[in-house]
Amino acid sequence: MIFLILESFRSALHSIRANALRSFLTSLGIIIGVASIITVVSLVQGLQASIDQQFESLGSNSLIIQPDFNQQEYEGRDVYLSEDDLLAIRKRVVGLDSVTPQVFLSAAQGLTYRGNRSSVDVRGVEPDLFVLDDTFADRGRELIAADLIGRSRVMVIGDKVRRDLKLPNDPVGEFVQFGLDWFKIVGLLEIKGNFLGQDLDNVAYIPFTTANSITPTHANPFMIFLAKADPDELDWVRQQIRQVLRKEHKIQPGKPDDFKIESSEQIQQSIAQVTGIITVVFGGIVGISLLVGGIGIMNIMLVSVTERTREIGICKALGATRADIMLQFLIEAVVLCLLGGLIGLAAGFGLGKVIANMIPNFTPAVVPLWAVFLALGFSTGVGVLFGLLPAAKAARLDPIESLRYE
Amino acid sequence: MSLIELKNVGRVYHMGGETLHALRDINLGIEQNEYVAFIGASGSGKSTLMNILGCLDSPSSGEYWLDGSRVSGMSGKELARVRNREIGFIFQSFNLLPRVSALKNVMQPLIYAKVGLRERTRRAQAMLEQVGLGERMHHQPNELSGGQRQRVAIARALVTQPSILLADEPTGNLDSKTSLDIMTLFKRLHEEGQTIIMVTHETDIAAYCERQIQLHDGHVATDSREAPA
Ligand SMILES: Nc1ncnc2c1ncn2[C@@H]1O[C@H](COP(=O)(O)OP(=O)(O)OP(=O)(O)O)[C@@H](O)[C@H]1O
Ligand SMILES: [Mg+2]
Repeated sequence: MIFLILESFRSALHSIRANALRSFLTSLGIIIGVASIITVVSLVQGLQASIDQQFESLGSNSLIIQPDFNQQEYEGRDVYLSEDDLLAIRKRVVGLDSVTPQVFLSAAQGLTYRGNRSSVDVRGVEPDLFVLDDTFADRGRELIAADLIGRSRVMVIGDKVRRDLKLPNDPVGEFVQFGLDWFKIVGLLEIKGNFLGQDLDNVAYIPFTTANSITPTHANPFMIFLAKADPDELDWVRQQIRQVLRKEHKIQPGKPDDFKIESSEQIQQSIAQVTGIITVVFGGIVGISLLVGGIGIMNIMLVSVTERTREIGICKALGATRADIMLQFLIEAVVLCLLGGLIGLAAGFGLGKVIANMIPNFTPAVVPLWAVFLALGFSTGVGVLFGLLPAAKAARLDPIESLRYE
Repeated sequence: MSLIELKNVGRVYHMGGETLHALRDINLGIEQNEYVAFIGASGSGKSTLMNILGCLDSPSSGEYWLDGSRVSGMSGKELARVRNREIGFIFQSFNLLPRVSALKNVMQPLIYAKVGLRERTRRAQAMLEQVGLGERMHHQPNELSGGQRQRVAIARALVTQPSILLADEPTGNLDSKTSLDIMTLFKRLHEEGQTIIMVTHETDIAAYCERQIQLHDGHVATDSREAPA
C-alpha cells in the first residue's frame, strides 16, 4: 500500500509538472481560499496579541467594579456606586492593595477653551489611578495628593483633548472651562494611541474631591472603582467587596447584585471570545470558498480523466488494477490541493504581513501552527472529497474501450 | 495441457438489435515457445481474438485456459495480474504513454508488479539496451521514429518476462525496412525461448512464423505448420 501511494505520488507530481499552467489555474480556488484563511487568521491573531499586550500593562491583579445597568431601576431606585461604597470597601475589605474611584462628569457645553470645544467626559480620579493605569505626564505633572486635599481646580489632559481644544503644544498653565468652573491645566499625558477603537488620548482628569464639590449632591454621576490586590487573594477580595456592597445597597438575600465586579482577565477573555468568533465566521466563509475551489478541481479532473482515457487504457493493459488507477487520480487531486494549499499559505502569510505593516501601531501578524495545519488538512480533505468522483470514473473504464478512445 | 487452450470460444457484439458474431466456436491450443501468426481478411476477427488472449476482453461463450488456469471467470484484480505478469501486449499504434520518457514507459508495468525504483530502472535500462535503444531511453515518444517507438513498446511488453508476447499487427505502421528489423528481433526472441503470437495480413511477415492460423469470418479456416523461411 505504501509502495502504491509513493508511486502514485511520483506520477502525480510528474503529471502536475507536465501541465504546470493548467494545474496552477485548477488549484487557484484552493490557493485563494487558503490565502484568505491565513490572512484573516494572522490579522485576528495579531489583533489578539496586541490586545493581550495592552492588558499585560493593566495586570491580572486588578478588578473593575461598576454598576450593573442590566439591573436598572433596581427595586425602584437608580443603580449607582457612591462615595460611601468606596469608604466602606476601604474600611472593611482585607487584603486590598488599593482601590481608586473614577467618576465621569459631563457638562452641556463640554470642555471649552477660547471657543473650541471637546465633548470628552471629565473624570474625577485619585492620584493612584496614574500608577494603576501606567500613565505619566509628558509635560507638567500628574495629579497629586495635595490637589485632592485642596480640591484644586486643576486638570491633566490627553493629547487628543489638547488638539481638539487647539491648546498650545505645551498647554501647562492654560485655563479651560468645564460647566461653570475654570480649571488650570497642570499636565499633558504621554501619547497612548488607540486601543480597541478607543482613543486613549481623549481623556481629561481632575481631582476626585474637586469632582464631588462641583456636582450637586442629589446627582449620582456614573462612578466606577478600580481595585488592586495580590493575584492569589483576588477571589477572596472579590468576595469581600461583594459582601460589602450588597450590605451597603441593602440587597436582600436571594436578590441579584446591582453591580458587577470584573477582573481584567475576564474582560480579556470576553474579547478573546469575540476574536474567536470572528475567526470562526471568516473561517466558515473561506471554508465555503474552498469547497467551491474543490468543485473546480473536480471539474478539471473529470475533463482530465476523459482526456487521458487512452492512457488509462494503456495502464490497464500493462496490468494496472482498478485500485492502482483510483489511487493515482485520487492522489493527483490531493497533491494538487495540497500544493495549492502551500502556495496559498505563503501568499496569505505575505499578505497578512503587508496589511499588518499598513496599520499603524499593529503588532506583526502571527500565524499560529493550528491555522497552518487546519488549512493544509482542509485542502487535503477537499482533494480527497472532490478527487473521488473523477478517480472512480477513471478506475471504472473498460480497457478495450479506452484503448479505442480517440 | 497446452500453454494456451481455447474451448468453443465465441464473441458476439450486440449492435442495436442485431448480433454480430466476431468469433464463433474457436478451438485452439498453443504450446510453449511457439511462434504463431494469425492471418485473415480485415474484419475476420483477428484483433478480437488477440484481445481475448491478452485478457483485455472476455469471450461471450466458451473457455480460455492460460497456463493451466481458467481465465474466463477471473476477477478484475486477477485479470490485471495476468495482464501484468503473463502477457506482453504490442499494439499496431504503439500505445506508448505520451509526455513520458522511453525509460519511464518501460518501467510502468514494473510499478504494477511492485518492483522498487532502483530495480525497476535497472531492468528497464537492460531491456531497452536489448532492443537496441540504449542511447535514446530519455527521449519522449514524440521524439522517436516509428520503428524506435515499436522497440520501446516491445521492451515494455517484455520487461516483466511474460509467458506470452502478443502483437497485433506490430509492423502495420512501419515501412518494410523497419518491419524487417522488428521481425529479426522477434526471431531472436523466439530463439531465446519466447512464445510469440502475432497478427498480420502481410504474407511475407507471416512467413517468419512457424505456424500460421487463418481466420475467416470468425472461424479458424486453416492451421498450418511449416519450416520457417
Ligand atoms: N467494439 C465493437 N463493436 C461492434 N463490433 C465490433 C467491435 N469490435 C469489432 N467489431 C466487429 O467484429 C468483427 C471483427 O473485428 P476485428 O477488429 O477483430 O477484425 P480484424 O480481423 O482485426 O480486422 P483488421 O484486419 O481490419 O484489423 C468486425 O466485423 C468488427 O466490425
Ligand atoms: Mg485488427
